[in-house]
Amino acid sequence: MHWLLIFFLFLAGCSGNTDQKSKVDLYSEQGILLLGNGTEPSGIDPHIVTGVPEHKILLALLEGLVIFNPQNNGVLPGVASEWVISEDGLTYTFIFNPEAKWTNGESVKPEHFVYSWKRILSPELGAQYADMLYVIKNAESFHKGQIKDFSKVGVSVFENKLVVTLENPTPYFLNILTHYSTWPVHPETVEKFGGMTSRNNKWTRVNNFIGNGPFKLDSWEINKSLKVSRNDLYWGNDSNKINGIEFLPIDNELTQDRLFRSGGIHLANTVPTEKIIRYREERPKELVEHNYFGTYYYRINTNKSPLNDVNFRKALSLSIDRDLIVKSILKGNQKVSYSFTPPDENSYNPSTKLEFNPVKAKLLFKESGYDINNQPLEVLYNTSEGHQKIAQAIQEMWKKHLGLNVILTNVDWKVYLARETQGEFDISRAGWIGDYPDPFTFLDMMVTDRGNNKTGWSNARYDEILNNAASQISTTKRYELYEEAEKILIDELPVIPLYTYTRTYLLSERVKNWQKNILDTNPYQFLSLE
Amino acid sequence: MIQLILKRLFTYIPVLLVVVIITFLMIHAAPGGPFDAERVASPEIIEKLNEAYNLDKPIHVQIYNYLFNAIQGDFGPSFKYPGRTVTELIMSGLPTTIELAIYSILFAIFLGVISGLVASLNPGKILDIVPMSISLLGICIPSIILGPVLVLIFGIWYEVLPVYGWGDNPGDKILPTITLGTAYAAIFARLTRGGMLEILGQDYIRTARAKGLSEIRIVIVHALRGGILPVISFLGPAIAGLLAGSFVVETIFQINGVGRFYVQAAFNRDYTMILGTSILFTFMTLTFVLISDIMASFLNPTLRDSGGLE
Repeated sequence: MHWLLIFFLFLAGCSGNTDQKSKVDLYSEQGILLLGNGTEPSGIDPHIVTGVPEHKILLALLEGLVIFNPQNNGVLPGVASEWVISEDGLTYTFIFNPEAKWTNGESVKPEHFVYSWKRILSPELGAQYADMLYVIKNAESFHKGQIKDFSKVGVSVFENKLVVTLENPTPYFLNILTHYSTWPVHPETVEKFGGMTSRNNKWTRVNNFIGNGPFKLDSWEINKSLKVSRNDLYWGNDSNKINGIEFLPIDNELTQDRLFRSGGIHLANTVPTEKIIRYREERPKELVEHNYFGTYYYRINTNKSPLNDVNFRKALSLSIDRDLIVKSILKGNQKVSYSFTPPDENSYNPSTKLEFNPVKAKLLFKESGYDINNQPLEVLYNTSEGHQKIAQAIQEMWKKHLGLNVILTNVDWKVYLARETQGEFDISRAGWIGDYPDPFTFLDMMVTDRGNNKTGWSNARYDEILNNAASQISTTKRYELYEEAEKILIDELPVIPLYTYTRTYLLSERVKNWQKNILDTNPYQFLSLE
Repeated sequence: MIQLILKRLFTYIPVLLVVVIITFLMIHAAPGGPFDAERVASPEIIEKLNEAYNLDKPIHVQIYNYLFNAIQGDFGPSFKYPGRTVTELIMSGLPTTIELAIYSILFAIFLGVISGLVASLNPGKILDIVPMSISLLGICIPSIILGPVLVLIFGIWYEVLPVYGWGDNPGDKILPTITLGTAYAAIFARLTRGGMLEILGQDYIRTARAKGLSEIRIVIVHALRGGILPVISFLGPAIAGLLAGSFVVETIFQINGVGRFYVQAAFNRDYTMILGTSILFTFMTLTFVLISDIMASFLNPTLRDSGGLE
């Protein structure tokens, strides 16, 4: 047993060695950020990818006409140094920054955006985010193959400026432009390595990639790391204090947590739920929690009986104690939802309410005439401990307050998506994160026959209001219309909002200027390391 | 022997063919497709995507096309990682997975055979009971539990070993190797003990003892050769199991091996990737079983003479 004793003495000797610098310490001195970035990115082609990890990487490598302002959710000049909006709100003229360059030294030109937007709108590419550009005149028709001539789409170049004509005045158009799907690609490179509409294009490979962002691509080892370093040709380099970033694809949140604790990364992008309270007590300065532009809700299949009865849906909603879910199950400072769109005290803040009222619920449940001996309804969710806990709590609440039996079904992600899309569900858990900071990104989803509606719900007045809102220049008027639509939604409840998401993650105290914002986006050139 | 090996190699073809066809049918029968996403794409887009990946053709045509291309070494593009081929993705992770498997198997053999030997030489004593009890524990504790426990002790409490990566930091191969190898070390220990006890009871060992040979010589020269036969026979399935099961360890330690693709591909409905990795693991399982059979034949003349390779 002597060797065992020696071994543990050795370990004891090694422990508490505070002189040894961690990887985070060493990299901070070199100005390099180490980011836990979730899953391995499926790619870095802004017109093909759809995920958050991809977005975080593209934020370093490419830049759109404008940059997301992390302090106020607005926009800052990007490739476009300034822009002029016509009085009717339909035409945007972007004046380009002459210093905006690609990593090969060429200037970023308006023609490059025309090419890029033609690319994402080409149906052959199969881009899933092409509808982000549907606000542009004829963009939807071109994408759906109804018109073949791209010159009819509202994008043109005039005197070295990009002129964009919209279908309707869209005050949040600049916000849309902060989304990576609208960012440019280098046309010659795309053509050289596969062509405009090839999904198997090799232009994103390390040696081929030409970007225009604050960083350039250095290496990409699949399932290991993607490294970028400062782009010396970037126009905004004077304020960029970061020399490089290493994105680590760590999809296991426990591994990420362990790596953060052992000083291996500056940012762990998730925190295991069971550890949040402990972090709050023990490492409060490293635990970051803030509102996120997302809603967790239950989607109701209104094509099915008894869920097609509004009183039945109201009874379901009234018998859910959201406070209990947030405080006892989630424990992550989430906010109870009173509307479908997450409220923002400084802009869109709907006055809708979703109360917990079991007595009223019971009355409405009786009115619906539902026989509790019928075959139980099913709550569908994708396999996850978190979803399961919420579903179990709601199952219990419905049983207790309404006497309603529901069965819980968990299936893997792809099965869940397929069943939802095909309408093979009664009630399903759902979540939505806004793509840009405007209520439209939520409310438009529930318009009749929208792909993401999935509830079968249709309301002509709702559709009309949203249609009217699209042509409003005045933000106040638009928000009034949104609120009217929101009221219809909350009154009819094809979706039952449960809570507003919060982002919870771990951030090293060495990272400075980090902004807590609802889109959880921090352009890296505004950060610094200490 | 060569004839027998060739004969075994020939059986690869129908086995792989059956694996491809069954896998193909199963993945197409599974609900959910590669292009299902939270943000629903329009039917027109889905149609274009199906066209781009040849999913619009009848299933038998798809299988034929796949096999035709696969024979020429083209396993198709990945659905999940546009712009990358399945071969390229597999090759990016295969060397690491093989390296991890080799280290783990060496660790398992070293620890397992020594423990088994010690136990077999001291039957019923403390040196038998303790290693065998520990080995039982090793078999019972899955790597999904062992990995995080080792990380907690050596990575977080004592900060002596890295908890992430493979080949990036000194010592980062130790914990994954131990995590993956422990269960097999435990099995090898029990197999060695069993094999050795059987051999040590044989007449020729008693003769060797009667001749006055030293115990070490008896064990190393005479007994071990026969005693570790069960270990050799198990080596093939063990390596195949290590390779296929490496995804857990690769996930815990974020190692860029091919095991992670194997599992992720199924969840992502990345059809071509599922097929590519299934073919790879089938091929490797067949090959390692063949290799261990050849090794066993060399160590045991009875097997060789009776055509035990079959």
